[in-house]
Amino acid sequence: MSAGHAHAAARGHSAERAYAHQFDSAEHQHGAAQLGMWVFIAQEILFFGGLFVAYTVYRFMYPAAFAQSSHHLDVVLGSFNTAVLIASSLTMALAVHGAQLGKRWAQVIFLLATIFLGCVFLGVKTIEYGHKFHEHLIPGPNFLFDGDARHAQIFFSLYFVMTGLHALHMVIGIAVLGVLVWRAARGAYGSAYYSPVELTGLYWHFVDIVWIFLFPLLYLIGRH
Amino acid sequence: MTSTNYINADYGIWSWLLTKDHKRIAILYLVSITAMFLLGGLFALMIRLELLTPAGDLVSADTYNKLFTMHGIVMVFFFLIPSIPAVLGNFLIPMMIGARDLAFPRLNLASWYLFVVGALFALYAIFTGGVDTGWTFYTPYSTAAAHTNVIPAALGIFINGFSSILTGLNFIVTIHRMRAPGLTWFRLPLFVWAHYATSIIFILGTPVIAITILLVAVERAFHFGIFDPTLGGDPVLFQHLFWFYSHPAVYIMILPSMGIVSELITCFSRKVIFGYGFVAVSSMAIAVLGFLVWGHHLFLSGQSVYASLIFSVLSFLVAIPSAVKVFNWTATLYRGSIEFAAPMIYALGFIGLFTIGGLTGLFLATLGFDVHVHDTYFVVAHFHYIMVGGAIMGYLGGIHYWWPKISGRMYPEWPARIGAATIFVGFNLTFFPQFLAGYLGMPRRYHMYPPEFQVLNVMSTAGATILGVGYLLPLTYLLWSLRYGKVAPDNPWRATGLEWQTPSPPPTENFATTPVVTEGAYAYSDMHEAEFI
Amino acid sequence: MLERLGLLPPQASTVALQTDMLYAFLVAISVFFAVLIAVAVIAFSVMYRRRSENDVTPYIHGSTALEIAWSVIPLGVAMVMFGWGAHLFVTLKRPPDDALQVNVVGKQWMWKIQHLEGRREINELHVPLGRPVKLTLTSEDVIHSFYVPAFRIKQDAVPGRYTTAWFEATRIGSYHLFCAEYCGTMHSGMIGKVIVMDPADYQAWLTSGAAVPVAAGAAADGAGPNLAAAGKDLFEQKGCLTCHQPGSVLGPQLAGIVGHSVELQDGTTVTVDDDYLRESILTPAAKLVKGFAPVMPTFKGQLTEEQVMQLIAYIKSLGPSAGTAGAAAGTGKTGS
Repeated sequence: MSAGHAHAAARGHSAERAYAHQFDSAEHQHGAAQLGMWVFIAQEILFFGGLFVAYTVYRFMYPAAFAQSSHHLDVVLGSFNTAVLIASSLTMALAVHGAQLGKRWAQVIFLLATIFLGCVFLGVKTIEYGHKFHEHLIPGPNFLFDGDARHAQIFFSLYFVMTGLHALHMVIGIAVLGVLVWRAARGAYGSAYYSPVELTGLYWHFVDIVWIFLFPLLYLIGRH
Repeated sequence: MTSTNYINADYGIWSWLLTKDHKRIAILYLVSITAMFLLGGLFALMIRLELLTPAGDLVSADTYNKLFTMHGIVMVFFFLIPSIPAVLGNFLIPMMIGARDLAFPRLNLASWYLFVVGALFALYAIFTGGVDTGWTFYTPYSTAAAHTNVIPAALGIFINGFSSILTGLNFIVTIHRMRAPGLTWFRLPLFVWAHYATSIIFILGTPVIAITILLVAVERAFHFGIFDPTLGGDPVLFQHLFWFYSHPAVYIMILPSMGIVSELITCFSRKVIFGYGFVAVSSMAIAVLGFLVWGHHLFLSGQSVYASLIFSVLSFLVAIPSAVKVFNWTATLYRGSIEFAAPMIYALGFIGLFTIGGLTGLFLATLGFDVHVHDTYFVVAHFHYIMVGGAIMGYLGGIHYWWPKISGRMYPEWPARIGAATIFVGFNLTFFPQFLAGYLGMPRRYHMYPPEFQVLNVMSTAGATILGVGYLLPLTYLLWSLRYGKVAPDNPWRATGLEWQTPSPPPTENFATTPVVTEGAYAYSDMHEAEFI
Repeated sequence: MLERLGLLPPQASTVALQTDMLYAFLVAISVFFAVLIAVAVIAFSVMYRRRSENDVTPYIHGSTALEIAWSVIPLGVAMVMFGWGAHLFVTLKRPPDDALQVNVVGKQWMWKIQHLEGRREINELHVPLGRPVKLTLTSEDVIHSFYVPAFRIKQDAVPGRYTTAWFEATRIGSYHLFCAEYCGTMHSGMIGKVIVMDPADYQAWLTSGAAVPVAAGAAADGAGPNLAAAGKDLFEQKGCLTCHQPGSVLGPQLAGIVGHSVELQDGTTVTVDDDYLRESILTPAAKLVKGFAPVMPTFKGQLTEEQVMQLIAYIKSLGPSAGTAGAAAGTGKTGS
C-alpha cells in the first residue's frame, strides 16, 4: 500500500467549504447523508414492525373483538386526517423542490404549510383521543366496552401505542421543520446544499406512509 | 516524541466531552464500559459467593434475584454489546479504511451520550432498590408481578438501544462511503467485515427490542393489555419479540470478536488468512441466519411443534458459518511463523473456548435434548462460553494488540501473557463444571439448591476467583503502562493494515494524505502462490 | 455407572435413557471436533512457532475444495443431530392414549396437583410405576416450568393457556421436582418431589388421605370427590345448568361436544378442546358459537384455575348420551 496524493487538496481549511472535514466533496457528503437517512428509515420500519407483528397476532387470535372495536373509531376524522397527511407530503415535496432550485420563499412557505398540516393532523388526533376518553375506551381499570371487553382492550392498547408513537414521530418532524424554516429564511439552503431539507422530506414521507398502513388496519376492519 | 496526536491535540475536560474525533469518543466509551464491567463483575462475584453453599445464607432471596438480574442487564446491554464496536470499532474502522473520521462524527458523540443517559437510568434502577426480573424481562412477571424498578431499567435499555442503532448506522454509511481509493470490498480487513455484519444487526434488531421493552413499560405503567394474560394478552408474544433481537444480539457480541481474531491470527502467524472470501461472507451469513433462529429459546413455551422443528433446523444451519471460520483460522496457522505474544494467546484461547461454546450450542438446538437442559446451568455455561470465553477473550486480545496505537505505549509482555493464561484457566474452571451441574438438573437463577450440586458450585466459585484476578491484571498493568510503558513504535507488530501506517498515537486527522490501496488485506506472506498441503 | 459418579441424574423414566443416549452421541461428536481442532492448533503452534524475525511464510490463499468439505461434513453431522433430537421431541410431545391424567397448576410459589380421582397435593406428585402419566399444566400468575430431571422432562406452565407433558416412570423412588422458569422471590423454593410408587401402593394412596370439602377452591391436600364430580357440583352451584341443560336454547349443549368442531358467529369453526372450553368459561364473548346471543357472564375472577379444570373434567365426562336433545342440536354443526 502506498501513500496517495489525491484528496489532500480537499483538506485546506477554507472558510467557505460547504462540507465537513472527513468528506472529500459536497457530493460525497450528500451521498453519505442520504444513505444515512435510508438506513435510519430501515431502522424505523423495524421499530414499527414490532407493533405490526403484535397487531397481526392479536387480530388473528381475536378477529371479532378487533372488528367490533374498530367500529368505535371515527372513520370520518380518520379519513380527513389521511387526506391532510397526503397533502402535507405534497407540500413537503414542493419545499424540497424549492430548496433544490434555490427559491428561498417558496421553500419557507411550503415548509410552513407542511407544519400547519401536521398540526391539523395532531389537533384532530387530540379530538379523537378526547372522544375515546369520554367513551371509556382508554385501556386500564376504567375501560368499558359492550362485548368482548378483554380483547377489545388489546385493540385499544395497540391503537393508542401505534397512533401515539406515530404522533410522536410527527411532533419530532414538526420540530425539525421549525428549525428548517428558520434556517431557510436566512438563506441556508440552495441548489448547492439542500441535504437537510431533502432528508427531512424523506423522514416526513416515511411517517406519512406509516399512517397509510395504520389507517386501514385500525379504522377500516370489519366494514364492508 | 512531542508530535501532535489525538490525545495531546487539545486539553481540558470539555475538549473530551465535546469531541467529535472518533478516537476520543472511543476512549470515552472505553472508560465508561470498563466502569460498567467492574460493576457487573462485582455482581457476578456476589452471585458466586452466595452459591458456595446450598442454603441461601449470604444474601436474601430478593437480593440474589436482583444480583443476577443486574449482572445480566449491566453485562449484556452496557458492556458486551457496546464493548468491541463502540471502543475498537470506533477507533479503528476509519483508520482501517483510510478515512479521516466516521461519516457522522456528531452523531457518534450523540451515541455516547445516549449510552451514558441509558446507563444512568439503569444505575438509578440499581441503586434505588434494584430490578429482579432477570435480564430477559419475561412477562407477565415483569409487567404484573415484580415490585421492583422495572420501568427505569426498561427505559435505560430503550435509550441505550438508540446508541447502538446510531453507531450501526454510522458504521454502515462509513464503510460504504468513506473507503480510501483502491480499497474494494474484498480488500477490507475482516475486522471491518465483521463490524459491517454487526451493524446490520444493530439496525434491524435493536429497534425491535426497543419497542418491546417500551411496551413492557407501557403495560406496567398504564395497565394497557399487551402481554399480560389477565388483560387478554399473550405472554409468549413477548418472548418472540424479545428473542428476535436478543438472539441476534449474541452475534453482536461474537462477530466483532471474530473480526479481531482474524486480525490477530494473521498478524502473529505472518500469513494471509486462509479463505478470505469464506470468512468474510460467513460473517454476513451469521448476521442474516441469526435473525431466523429466535424460536429455539421457546421450545418449552407451548410453541407449536412444527415451529420448533423449523427453528431447530435453522439453528443448526447458523452453526455452519461459525464452523467455517474456526477451520479457516486453524488452517491459517499452517506453515506460518507463529509468535506467542499476549494478543495471540487470547486469540488461540478464543478458538478453544468458542469451539466448546459453539458445539454446546448444537446440544441446545437439538430439540429432545433441550427439553432436559433448558433453563439449567447447562445453558448458563454455554452462553458464558460464547459471551465471556468468546467475546471478552477477543475484546481483550484486541485491546492488547491495538494498545500501542491507542495509547502510544507498549503493554508489558510477560504480565500480559500470564494474565491471558490466568483468564483461560479461571474461565474454564468457572464454567465447565456448570455444564455438568446443568445436566444433573440444577436450574438457573436458583438462590438455594439441593446439596448434591455443591461440589460443582464450589469449583465454579473457585474458578471465578481466579478469573477475577485474571481480569484485574490487565486493568492494572495497562494503566501502569500509560506512564511507565515503553514508547510504542508506529507498527510494533510489523502488521499490515492502514491503521499501522499512522503514528502511534495517531494525529486527529489520522492520515496526512489519503492512502491509496493497491492490494488485499494481510499481505504477510511471500507472494508466490503455494499449495495447501 | 455415570450416575454413581455424579455425572448423570437418576434415570427414572422411559425417555431418560433415550435422552442420555442422545447426550452420549452429542458428547462424542463434540469431543471429536474439539479434539480435532485442539490437536491441529497445538500441533501447528509447535511445528510452525517463530524461529526468526525473518521467517518467510508461503502465500496460501485458500482451497475451495476444503471449504466445501468442512461446510458439508459438519452440515451432515448437524442434520443427524437434528433428526435424532426431533424424533425424541416428537415422542415427548405425544402422550400415549391410555395415559393417566393429572392436572398441575403453578402458583407463586407452589405446585398444586389434582388427580382425576380427586386426590390433591401440593409440591408432591405421586405416580404409579410403569404407567404413562399425562400432565396438563397452567399457571395462576406468572410463567413457571415443571421440571423433573430424573425423567428428563420439562414444560412451561403458562398463564392463560394449557400445555401438556408426559412421562412413564421406570424406577420406584422419590425425585426432585423443580420450577425451572424464573418466577420471583421464592423461585428456588418452588421445589417438590415426584414419588414413584408400586401400582398397588398408588391405588391405596389415591383413596387415603383426609377428605376435603366438595369443590373447595382453596388449595388443600387430601382426598376429595373425583374431578368430574367436583366439576358437576360447581356446574350446578354456578348456575351453568340454567342455560346449558338439555333442551335449553340459551346456550349450546355440552354433552359430547369435546373433540368436535363448532361453527362460530363469524363463520369460522373451532375444535372444542381444553383451551377452547377454558376460554369460553372465562371470556365467553371471545368465540361465540353461531346462533347464540352473548348472554353468558364471564367467570373470570370467580373460578380458580383448578376449578376451571374441574369443570372441564365434568364436561368431558358427559357422554354423548347424556344430552338427550343431542349435543349438536343447539349448534347444528358438530363436525366429524
